[in-house]
Amino acid sequence: MASEKWGSKLGVILAVTGSAVGLGNFLRFPGVACANGGGAFMIPYIIAFLIVGLPIAWVEWAMGRYGGKKGFSSAPGIFRAITGKDRSAQIGTLALIIPVIIYMWYVSIEAWCLGYAWKYWSGGMQTIVTAAQQAAPTDGKIDAGIQAVQNYLLHFAGIVPENENTASGNFRILRQFTQGSLPFLLFCFTINFILIYRGINKGIEWFCRWAMPALLFCALLILVRVLTLGTPNPANPDASILNGLGFMWNPVGHNLIDGGLVQVSFWEALSRPQTWLAAAGQIFFSLSVGFGIIMTYASYTKKEDDIALSSVSAASGNGFFEVALGGMIVIPAAFIFLGPESIISAGEKASSLSLGFLALPGVFEYMPAGHFFGGLFFFLLFIAAITSSLSMLQPAIAFLEEGLDLSRQAAVTLLGFITAIGALFVSLMSHGLTVLDHMDFWTGNFCIYLLATIEVIFFSYVMGLDRGLKELASGAEMKLPKILPFVLKYITPLFLLIIFGWWLKDQVFSNGPYIQALQSDPTVQLTVGFIIITTLFFSLLVHIAVRRWNKIEATPQEESP
Amino acid sequence: MSPTGWIIMLTSVFGMTALFSWCIFKVLTHKDASDQIHSPADIDPHDQDD
Repeated sequence: MASEKWGSKLGVILAVTGSAVGLGNFLRFPGVACANGGGAFMIPYIIAFLIVGLPIAWVEWAMGRYGGKKGFSSAPGIFRAITGKDRSAQIGTLALIIPVIIYMWYVSIEAWCLGYAWKYWSGGMQTIVTAAQQAAPTDGKIDAGIQAVQNYLLHFAGIVPENENTASGNFRILRQFTQGSLPFLLFCFTINFILIYRGINKGIEWFCRWAMPALLFCALLILVRVLTLGTPNPANPDASILNGLGFMWNPVGHNLIDGGLVQVSFWEALSRPQTWLAAAGQIFFSLSVGFGIIMTYASYTKKEDDIALSSVSAASGNGFFEVALGGMIVIPAAFIFLGPESIISAGEKASSLSLGFLALPGVFEYMPAGHFFGGLFFFLLFIAAITSSLSMLQPAIAFLEEGLDLSRQAAVTLLGFITAIGALFVSLMSHGLTVLDHMDFWTGNFCIYLLATIEVIFFSYVMGLDRGLKELASGAEMKLPKILPFVLKYITPLFLLIIFGWWLKDQVFSNGPYIQALQSDPTVQLTVGFIIITTLFFSLLVHIAVRRWNKIEATPQEESP
Repeated sequence: MSPTGWIIMLTSVFGMTALFSWCIFKVLTHKDASDQIHSPADIDPHDQDD
């Protein structure tokens, strides 16, 4: 009996961790950390985790459950229920478009993971390696194999520049379909919508409980291999594991100027608002805070549920996978197999999300049964990504159901149509991953940051701390920190507003790289235009939903004598 | 790898591991964890009943 209870509690930990862990931990975090000062980045990261990530996760759980009691599960409904004012519902538009737009590019990376797993397990990667090694001189066979698997991503994901792709238009689509990631994207897209259409939550929970220990085991094996790589190429003694760890953790940033690496000091890295914005953005992204996802799921919980511990458990499990595993594996491996210049240029030219796909195949070439473990690792990442991408769809589905009175099936179909347009846009405009990178920045950093700031101000000053914290404490066994009200009222909003103002001054008014790209690059303009059109569309739907809610609320009063 | 790099790495890794371990302990000693601790993976949206 006791062991059964122990087992079910362990299952809870695995389910909570499993739904928190995703691509952000293993693929996004290392690239973002390295691009923003390496070890110096960890200071804003830890600060953001403690005074922004955890408090706002609590805010979302409490606001969500409060809204659920009032009969709403979508952010527009919850914001309106808290204030009683129609215009508050429009704030919730952000919480609808963020997960929907992130889903559009997230599913592409999910498809890469599945494609890599398939390539490893079907022997396709072995064929690529063997062909490259046969053509290479005797002393360069291992390097040739590694180079070949690294180059594979460029064609598979369609990152190669236009002139190397020999054609555009229909041929390009055909090429993406026959040799690239498009079939895997279609498969991932279909599987996501079948699961969400049928509402197979229990299956996902079961999957989490089995896949999570397997992912942990596999990541630990890869970590051990990475840490024992030493200096794989004696001809290049600088490409060692110690230097790789140093590149990730030393408090020194790096810039690429005219193809050469220039160091950025600890204080210079910390004095950049972009570093702080990226740290908060990474915390929000990986904890799924500021998305509106937690708010929707929390609305389905009961008053006796311990949402305070649920929240901290998810955040800490996520932090463990991100820092202790993600941060120790990808960048040291990338340093050895790609070199420091390539790490920085990968972050600048093609989204830092691609680093893991470029670097890890090198590690698998040095592992016994490396291709089996390569397939297993990417397959487990695919599973972890599925759990995250499914949760990204739920807020919009909940809104379409309660706002427009659509059935779940109709809501899923409409959302499927919208996200299919976006996912194809990301996949077909894949040169240099510009669309993916800018969608990630404007939604995965900027919009999330904006929504999180609004949420904490709303919680502390509109909903009221007494009402909000009472909701959070209901059912909680753990004691909430005594300093929490002070943090939520002053520290968190002030921190977020100062960083945001600082970033606006540094990037917007001084023409930072993202603003420059927006002014000059038509692909970036198209991407931001797409985000704006999606926002306006959802804003219109929220307007229609509010009118419908008002009509429903007015009906009983008209009927009463 | 500089000494400061070692300090940042070890503090970050052990800090996160300690927090995660504390949460595992809290869940394992919770009086009704399987019913009261939740994640999106195990929360059942009510609409799936129809």
